[in-house]
Formats: sequence, structure tokens, C-alpha cells
Amino acid sequence: MTPKLMTNRRSVLKGAAAGGLLAAAPLAARFASAQSSAPIKIGFQQHSTGIGAAYGRWYGRTTEAAVKMINDAGGINGRPVEIVAEDDGTDPKRGAEVLEKFANQSGCDVAFGTLFSHVVIGSAPAAGELKLPYFVVSEGHHVASGMLNRYTLQPGITDVKSQVQAMAPYVSENLGKKVTMIYPDFAFGHDHRDYFSAAIKEQGGEVLEMIAIPPTETSFTKYFPKIPRDTEVIYHVMVGPAVLTFVKELGEFFGPSRPEIFGFIDSLEAVDLASPGLEFLEGTYFWEGNPRYAQEDQTSHDKMFREAVGVDANGASVSDPKDVSTYAHMFGCWETLHVIKAGMEAAGYQGPEDRAKLIEAVEAMTDMPQSDAHPQGPKRFNGKTHQVFGVQYISKVEEGKLVKVHTTSIEDTLYPDEVDYTSMSF
Amino acid sequence: MSIGTRSTILHLGLIALLFVLAFVLPSYHQGNLARIMVLATYAIGYNVLFGYTGLLSLGHAMFFGAGMYGLGLAMQYGGLGVIPAFAVALICAAVLSAVVALLALRTIGVAFMIVTLMFAQAGYLTVLYFGAWTRGDEGFVIAQSARQIAGLDLTAPTTRYLAALLLFSAALLITARMMQVSFGSVLIGVRENEERTRMLGYDVFRHKLAAVIISGTISGAAGAGYAVLFGYVGATFTSVQYSIFPLLWVLLGGAGTTIGPLVGTLFMFYLIDYSSGLTNAYMLIAGVVLVLLTLFARAGLVGEIRKRWVA
Amino acid sequence: MDFGPHLLLAVLEGAVGAAVLALTALGLSLVFGVMRVVNVAHGEFFMLGAVIAWFVATSIGGHPTVGFVAALALAPLIAGLVAVLVDRLILKPVKYDPEATIVGTIGVLYILQQTALMTYGPEARPVEPPFSHRIALPWFEWGENGFAMFYPWGLSTNSYKLFVIGAAIVILLAFWLIMTRSKAGLIMRATQLDRETALAFGIPVSRVYSIVFGLGAGLAALAAVLIVPIQQAHYLMGHDPLLLSFIVVIIGGLGSIRGTVLAAVLIGMSDGIISVFLSPTLSKIIATLLVALVLVFRPQGLFGKKPA
Repeated sequence: MTPKLMTNRRSVLKGAAAGGLLAAAPLAARFASAQSSAPIKIGFQQHSTGIGAAYGRWYGRTTEAAVKMINDAGGINGRPVEIVAEDDGTDPKRGAEVLEKFANQSGCDVAFGTLFSHVVIGSAPAAGELKLPYFVVSEGHHVASGMLNRYTLQPGITDVKSQVQAMAPYVSENLGKKVTMIYPDFAFGHDHRDYFSAAIKEQGGEVLEMIAIPPTETSFTKYFPKIPRDTEVIYHVMVGPAVLTFVKELGEFFGPSRPEIFGFIDSLEAVDLASPGLEFLEGTYFWEGNPRYAQEDQTSHDKMFREAVGVDANGASVSDPKDVSTYAHMFGCWETLHVIKAGMEAAGYQGPEDRAKLIEAVEAMTDMPQSDAHPQGPKRFNGKTHQVFGVQYISKVEEGKLVKVHTTSIEDTLYPDEVDYTSMSF
Repeated sequence: MSIGTRSTILHLGLIALLFVLAFVLPSYHQGNLARIMVLATYAIGYNVLFGYTGLLSLGHAMFFGAGMYGLGLAMQYGGLGVIPAFAVALICAAVLSAVVALLALRTIGVAFMIVTLMFAQAGYLTVLYFGAWTRGDEGFVIAQSARQIAGLDLTAPTTRYLAALLLFSAALLITARMMQVSFGSVLIGVRENEERTRMLGYDVFRHKLAAVIISGTISGAAGAGYAVLFGYVGATFTSVQYSIFPLLWVLLGGAGTTIGPLVGTLFMFYLIDYSSGLTNAYMLIAGVVLVLLTLFARAGLVGEIRKRWVA
Repeated sequence: MDFGPHLLLAVLEGAVGAAVLALTALGLSLVFGVMRVVNVAHGEFFMLGAVIAWFVATSIGGHPTVGFVAALALAPLIAGLVAVLVDRLILKPVKYDPEATIVGTIGVLYILQQTALMTYGPEARPVEPPFSHRIALPWFEWGENGFAMFYPWGLSTNSYKLFVIGAAIVILLAFWLIMTRSKAGLIMRATQLDRETALAFGIPVSRVYSIVFGLGAGLAALAAVLIVPIQQAHYLMGHDPLLLSFIVVIIGGLGSIRGTVLAAVLIGMSDGIISVFLSPTLSKIIATLLVALVLVFRPQGLFGKKPA
């Protein structure tokens, strides 16, 4: 379904009609005057193939749902939104090419939606050169680290640095102070290694051993003997198709006597917790960007979000309970699209000539309360670092389901600015 | 008109055409062609070894990567300008290809293919291992402000296009000239019949060694060109996939032809670009096209044309 | 963990990897030896085996053993049939020309991968093992109180993993018997030695080629069915088995069954054992370079004869 428009003609018409209705209202009048009804085009860099494909599919479904909601409510500035999806093959070279296609061929107003860090970093130079606002949904620390440029922003999902450091207080107070970390031996894993070991030290804990697993590895048992005997907590984060093997083999290694285990749900995104071999996860803890299972205190916003995207109370597709979503990340697409909408409305966005205004409007954003536009929780945007901050969740596996046991504050996730993008020229 | 003159006219004509295209193409295709020329330079480098010398390497990504990281790291940590960093990149690629050649050339055929593959795999893992400097798989960005030569902004579309053309033309003319002198004939002799070439008194090993170094250095120049023109350095470019690509481009365009690499790269790029517009299953289309080419155009696009209409 | 138990664990893990690798590589070696074809799509037949195993196991239901046994029979068969089709439609028409078959099989690789993505999807999915028990392993030590046996922390394996090793040994023996003792094996060996003479003696070489190509793919698929209860089926899983099989086939010496199996054990084991001593990624780099250097200094492979 690549550039075959996600909005079909009928929904565009409906959106336009709703836009017309809104135009009658006095508030919307200033947007509707002298305004073309041509759609606002958002280029969606989607991981449809390659290693990120499982994420890409759910990012696609979430994006589709968000756009439908925005269009049903009158679009942006009275104009319908149209998604132009292009597969980047989860490849940085193709990613940059796709951005050029958005800007120079499909006439997109902005680009959006990338998850994998190497694709973000590979594409960002093109975004800067094309002067194309590029809204990524990646949770990488690349934006806030200052390595990218003024046209790249991450307003819909928190970054790994803030996620990781916010975990340290809970881990050291409730699970243990002697931690062994197991992570993939590439940049994403190194971020976990560096930020968590610093944060746990601050809490009076220590990292006993750091076990880096080569990225091409498919069996893991041989690495586990490196785990020191006096480990109180195992901190694990793995990505890629072999994660299930990793978790299973970890369980088998320890057998009946295991330390506390804390993991990032990235290890099990899009994986059914009822899969054979995962029984041993019972009683272990996970970071979740957004609780996969509907919780007892579920907000109306989360309920609405699940229904719109087509996800049931267990975080799986309503049409196929085996098709588990990437629930801890995909809300980022939804929230980012709403930020784009808010930004374009604040900037009075008319067309590509207003791109700089759009960036400035987003940079001016600060607090974003929990709402239908931000169903995961309240957020705080830092205009200087182009990065959003928000609450994180910790869940425990109980009877095969993830039950939320802790919600961090936004303050737990903050760290000093490393860059000021607003001081750069456009 | 001799064959030599005819091919010189062809090459100069091609370069002139590409030059004119810089000013008439719509911006999207201008951008694409700039990328294609850099990648075609890589394919030209590959063709020196595969097409002319008959050695199938599955490890050229390490040479591309040596150039890319040579330039990238020199600019990032050494603070060098584009030209000196480019020189560093060429040296890196040349040294690496010489070392690899001295070892790998002890083997032939499939063993050569596997040895180069293994070296490249070790190279890829090395990039990850030194993640503190390379940022591993994520890679790093070369700042836009650093990507200029004497005030010429390499990130401006037309300047970038012309820089890519310069790189491509240099590689094209060097290899074309190389094939017109006796050195090239010896390489072809090695490809066609190594034993006979040796009997005729040529030092086969030294010719092969030179071929690997030239091939690796041109590939490295392409890697450095990609890094500086598009601003990104990442481990993906050193993975096996990027060793298979030039093989594919060269085979598609026509191995052992001077313009085959460009044609193959161009064809593959637009095949994926257009078919991805029709369906997400564009790899399926690419697969089917490859199979069809295998069945019906074995000499590659340029090779078939030459076979049917020129010869 | 102490050094001894750690090493034992690495050896056990290495053995499972080696068992599966031996089967996969044998398929490649067979195709390579008999047909002189570099099958770049070999890893995709491995993937196909795993994916079919998942489809079979989930659609049959009941006790996991039923689905597993059915997959064991069906997956190699289907993968083999696909391979026969590839042989007939692509390889035979290009007369097994080395370069053409490389490009053609790269095409097949893309086609199979994309088809799997569209039908099976991008997720990694597990197949339930027919049985799986954690087995704690004892360790012996000559301590103060003399010879003592104890169960070190973490030293364990799994009954299914032991089954994989056993099953692979049985299959390898059966394969060896077929190649050396049966008429079919004789025909294949004859074709491998000299295609022209085989033709002259009335051996239907074209049919032998189809069967060999199918058999090679079937072996890869069989290996995948064995491993898929431990690792999951994923549409990109064919990459590593392909590379490793290539290495094994070359190191083992072209077309030599014994060499291929020995090389698979060597490569599978060394990967695990080196990781005991060094940091994982560094050990991968060193293992990779070692293999490359073996080839450099013994291009005919460890167990092959000097090329004629």
C-alpha cells in the first residue's frame, strides 16, 4: 500500500466536508480564508521490509488511525491530511532517498515516522539539506544529543537516555543494587550501557558485569556463564528476530533459582507473552513505553486509542489475537501526527514556504497534557533539544500479563540540555 | 576509426551528456542521478576486478567502507578538510586492499569469494567493535558546514551533482585508459586463461595484485564520495549486502564493459524506485527481473546490446 | 561460573549449532559438488523450512509432537519441490553457467524472502518443541574431600537440544549410507565425478540435477525444522546459515561429505569456545579472521585434496 494513498477518496471528501462545516465556525474562519482545499501531504517513511518490518506494520496502522481521526475532525487548517507512505527497507541509504522523493517528487509538506536510529541518522542530513521538517518516532538519543539539525524533531516519543535513567531509582530500591547488564553490541545497546550504569551509580548501586552480545548472534546460552554469581538484578534489552530465543534461554539457564530480572519490552515487542518458553518471565519486570495490557485504571484516552487503532485489551489486533502490536512505541506515531497538526495550526501553515514557521511553532511548544491527542500520558517538549519528555511505566508479569506497578514522573526523565537547535539558522 | 577512438568518443560523449543533464533534470532525478553516479563509481571499481580480471569478490564493502570511514573519521576527529580527508580515505582503501590482496590472492575461484567475504565480515564487526568512535550501526553525520571545498558547498544540489560527476568521470576515464594499454590486456588474459598468460611471461600475481588495489581504491573513493556528498557514515555500508550490490549492478549492466556499471546501477535504482511505487513487494519485482535477465540477457544490458547490434 | 563448567556449556551449545550447520552445509555441498552451482538462495530454503514448520504446526494443533512430526515430513518435501521448480525454470535453461546461476539464485532469494514476508509476516514466531526439559548437569572436582560431584549454578541443558544433536547424527549417517551404499548415491557420485561420462552411460543427468537440487534444499529445510523450536522462524533468518554453510563447504573441501561435517563441527564449536575467552564481538572477529586465514593457507580446504 505504498504511495497508494491511505486516505481513500471518500474519506478525503468527508474530511473536506467536515472542514467546510468547521469553516463556518468563527474560530476556524481565519484558517479557511483564501485557503486551498488541497490535502496536506505527510511523507511517511515506513519500515515495510527489512529488519524493522514488524514495527513498520503497526506504525502504519497507528498512522492510518490517527489520520482518520484528524480528518474526521476537519483535517489541519481545514485541509485534509494525506499520507504518502514509502518503504525505506529499514536501510539508511534508501531512507535518505525516500526523503528526497517526498520533498522533490511527491510534494510532501513534512516527513515523519522513522523508527530505527540508523535510518534516522542516515536520513537527517537529507532533511536538513532539503529543508524538510522531519518528525521522527525513534526513541533514539540522536536528536537530543545534538548530532542532527534544526529540521529534525522528536516530539512524540521519549528518548532512550531519559527512559533508561528513569528506571534506575525503581530498580535499585525494589529489585537490587548489583546489576548485570546484557545488551546488543551496537549503538542502541551502548546507550543503555552508558546511561543506565551512570544512573544506577547515582542511586548507590553498581553494574557488576556488562555482557555485549554480537548483533548477528542467534543463540545466547554460552554468554550467560559470564553473569556473576552475586548478581541481584539482570537488566536485559535485546532487539531483532532472536529476542525470543534470548529470553527462553535466559530462563533455562537459571532454572528454578533466578535473580530479579528487569528488561526493556523492546525485547518482546510484537511477541505474544503466551508464546511457549516465556513462562519463566512470570514475576519479572519490564519497562513499557505504554502499557500493552489495558490496566485497571485505564484512561478514556487509552481506550479511545485502542479502539481507533484496532487493538484489544491484551495489546493484540482485534481481528487476530495472535497479531501482537508494538504497543510500547507505536503511540509515538499518533502523538507526533497530533503535534504536527497543532504546530501547523499554530503557524498558520499554508505550504512549503511556511516550513520554518512550522518548526518554530513546534519549538515553542512546552507542556502537552494527557488527552486524546496524547493518550500515552502527559508530555513536556524541550524546544531547544527538539526532544519530548514524558512518563515511563514499569510493569510486572503476573499470570502471563503485564501489570503496571510503577509510573515515573516526567522529572525523573529530565537531563541537562546537550544542544540548542534554536540557535542554528534555517 | 579505431576501437580505441570510438570508445573514447563514447566515454566523453557520456560525460558530456551527464553534464548537460545536471541543468535540465527535475530536482528529484538530479538528486537520484548524483547518487547513482557515486554508486556507479563503486561498481566501476568492482568491475576492474570482476569484469576484467575475472576475480569474483564478495567483500568489496570493506573497501567502500575503508574510504567512507577513512574520510568520515578524518573529518570528525582529525578535523581535516574535505580534500585531505579524501586523500586519507584513498590511502586507507589502498592499504587495506593491498593487505587483503596479498592474503586472498593465494586462493582462486570460490575460495577467493569466501575469503573476501570473511575479511569483509571481520571488517563489519570491527566497525561495530569500535563503536565508541564509529557509533556502530547507527553511524554518524558529517556536519553540513564541513562539507565544502574552498567555499563550494557540496550540499547544494547542482554542486553535489557535478562533484559526483567528477568522481564518476575520473573512475570511468582511468579504467577506460587502463584497458587500452597493455596492462589491461594482461588482465583480460588472466581472466580468459591465467596459465597461458603466465606462460607468455607475464607476472600474473603482480597484475592481479595491482588489479585488486586499483579496484579497492576506486571503491574506497566511491565510499568517501558517498560520505562527503550525502553526509552519513554508517556500518550498514560495510555489511554483506553492500558487497553483493556492485556484483549485481555490474552483472546487470554487463561485466567487462566500461559503461555497464553505470547502466546496471541506474537500472536497479529506478527499478526499485518505480516498483516500490506500485507495491510494497518491490523486492519480488526485483527478484523476477533478475531471474528474467539471467534467462534472457545473460551478458547484461550493455553486453547484450553490444552483442546484438554493435559487434 | 568456573572455567570448567563454562567450557562444557560452550561445547554443548556449540554442538547444537554444529549439528544444524552440518545438515545445512551438507545440502549446499551436495549441490556444489554435483552440479557446480553456487546456490545463493540456499539460506532461503532453510528459512522456508522454518516457516513451513510454523504453518504446519499451527494448523494441525493437538500435542506439539504431532505438528512437529508432520513438519519434519512436509517442510523438506515442499522446500525440495520448490527447489526442483527453480532448477527446471531457471538453472537448467541457463545450462548451469556459474555467473548466471549466481544472479538467478539472488533473484530467487529476493522472491522467496518477499513471498515469506507477504504470507507469513515480519514477526519472529516460535514452534513449540515436542518435549523440553531442563537438565541440570553435574560437574566433578578433585577437592579437599576427594572426588566430588556437584551441580554448578547455571550448568544445564535441555532435552530437546540433546535430541537435535542426536537427530542430526542419525540423518547424517543415513545420508552417508545412501551416498555410499545405494544406487541413487552411486549415480550422484558418478555425475559429480564426470558429467559427460555419466551421460554416455545413460544416466539421466538432467533428472539427477533436479533431484540433487531438491535434496540440497530439503536438507536445509530439515535442519531448520529441527532448530525452529529453539530459534524462531523469521523471514530474514536465511542470511547467517547461508554464510556459515559457504564457509563450511569451502573449509571442508568441495564435495566431501566427511570434510563438510568435520568443518561444521569445527566452525560450530569454535564460535562457542572462543567466546569463553574473549568479549563476544571480538571473538567473532577473531573466529572470522581465523577461518579466512585457514583458507588462505589451505585454499583446497582442510580436508580437500590439492586442486588438479
